[in-house]
Amino acid sequence: MAVLVIAEHDNSNLKSSTLNTITAAKKLSDDIHLFILGSNIGELTNKSKDIHFLSKVIKCDNEKLKNFLPELSAPLISNLAENYSHILAPASTFGKNLLPRVSALLDITQISDVIDIVSNDTFVRPIYAGNAISQVQTNQKINLLTIRPTSFEKSEDSGGDASIEEIPFVDTDLKTIFINREVSKSDRPELGNARIVVSGGRGLENSDNFKLLYELADKLNAAVGASRAAVDSGYIGNEYQVGQTGKMVAPELYIAVGISGAIQHLAGMKESKVIVAINKDLEAPIFNVADYGLSSDLFQAIPEIIKELDLLNQIES
Amino acid sequence: MKVLVAVKRVVDYKVQIRVKSDNSGVETQNVKMSVNPPDENAIEEAVKLKEQGLASETIAVSIGDEKSQDVLRTSMAMGIDKSILVKTQNTLEPLAVAKTLMKLIEKENPDLVLMGKQAIDDDSNQTGQILSALLKWPQGCFISNLKIEGNKVSISREIDEGIENLETRLPAVLTCDLRLNTPRFASLPNIMKAKKKPLDIIDIDSLGVDTTPRIKTLKVIEPPKRKAGVMVSDVKELVKKLKYEAKVI
Repeated sequence: MAVLVIAEHDNSNLKSSTLNTITAAKKLSDDIHLFILGSNIGELTNKSKDIHFLSKVIKCDNEKLKNFLPELSAPLISNLAENYSHILAPASTFGKNLLPRVSALLDITQISDVIDIVSNDTFVRPIYAGNAISQVQTNQKINLLTIRPTSFEKSEDSGGDASIEEIPFVDTDLKTIFINREVSKSDRPELGNARIVVSGGRGLENSDNFKLLYELADKLNAAVGASRAAVDSGYIGNEYQVGQTGKMVAPELYIAVGISGAIQHLAGMKESKVIVAINKDLEAPIFNVADYGLSSDLFQAIPEIIKELDLLNQIES
Repeated sequence: MKVLVAVKRVVDYKVQIRVKSDNSGVETQNVKMSVNPPDENAIEEAVKLKEQGLASETIAVSIGDEKSQDVLRTSMAMGIDKSILVKTQNTLEPLAVAKTLMKLIEKENPDLVLMGKQAIDDDSNQTGQILSALLKWPQGCFISNLKIEGNKVSISREIDEGIENLETRLPAVLTCDLRLNTPRFASLPNIMKAKKKPLDIIDIDSLGVDTTPRIKTLKVIEPPKRKAGVMVSDVKELVKKLKYEAKVI
């Protein structure tokens, strides 16, 4: 049977989490359909049919779907459900907000935050902030899964040739009005998707000192992240938080600066390939997961790293 | 306005959990248990609404075994008026939790339901969304700000891109982020007072909800351990290792 992937996008471009989710779907079926719900998504739909592995792109295009209110999207998804063995969405705030509603409408228990697919009915997911890994099995007629994007590679966005199908919008009575989104603009790579992440914690002491971290991030073409302590202290916005209740990241290089390494923070970054910890407290638990630890005052270390990187660049050029 | 808060008893967030040696789950015996942290934010918000004169009554509900009474006593020590324990020996899936809450909501008729955005034990992040869909009430998830004027509810939601602002109407289901507020500590006099507040215990079977598990846990294992790393002596060595050993810069 076919597998349905719910697209996360901004009405112009797919989020990379969608491509990770398609790779997960590939483990379940060769017949993968992508469902795009949005407004003015003609161009987005046309681009998406080129994605490798997809056999069909289904679109539902309506002004009311512009802001992805889950009350409107969920019934449109559950209406299609009987044609599918599995329905997948990224385990981002988009998917977490939406898929449980589909679970309610279909009376199916959803499996959240899948990190591995063992077979068509057996899935692996972290529990207790990743301090235990649970393997679960279900024999429900439809499997609802949210997929942790960092656990699956991105599928190629070219090389495919999917057909396009349009389904009509069906309205739902809804009292919610979308006001706005406060999105911080940045030229740096997206946090969930960056090859290198430079993260700051309470050790940075204030928001002004985060500039030092931005400078290092720009030198490395890295995304910036933060611990909950730093976000709660107002040093940086919530969208930068890495951890159990923030974003999950798994970059090739994660540099933790002035972060002590609470269990809840480690949950969000310990899958990173190489971890560097810079902290003056040698007892900080972050050193237990670090490949390279540097016990040093960050206000000295960071400018020195920037200098060393400049030297390297000079040698190379 | 009547406010209902759903509260879960979980292993305390500071406890380093242990996987059982037979791989059947996580050890919860003789481990410190507490109110699920974001549920504390939901309790705090309900109590604040009462203090502001916006809520007329606040009720805490928990689903679990006898021991879950302690998180309800904590809720009442923080200022919740009364509480209900739905007694069961089984672990319920989010869908069953939402259906159970729905039965209580039909009885209690609250105008607002608050709960944490996820429980820190199974990290499912589903119950509020499911409940909202079952009740056909508006959903506000991961909220970090709440303003209620009459029937109007204004919320800020924490999303991956930043903040989303929505406006909706009561009745509604809202799930709370840790940044919504700072939960208060229960004072000793309030802990004593909470012992006298009403706590009803009802058996889950009396509600007629199908709570049969749909998912079977095959095994629970320890996550793979990271190899021990090395301490470097200075920045020069660090940059050299990253460049020539790890080859990541």
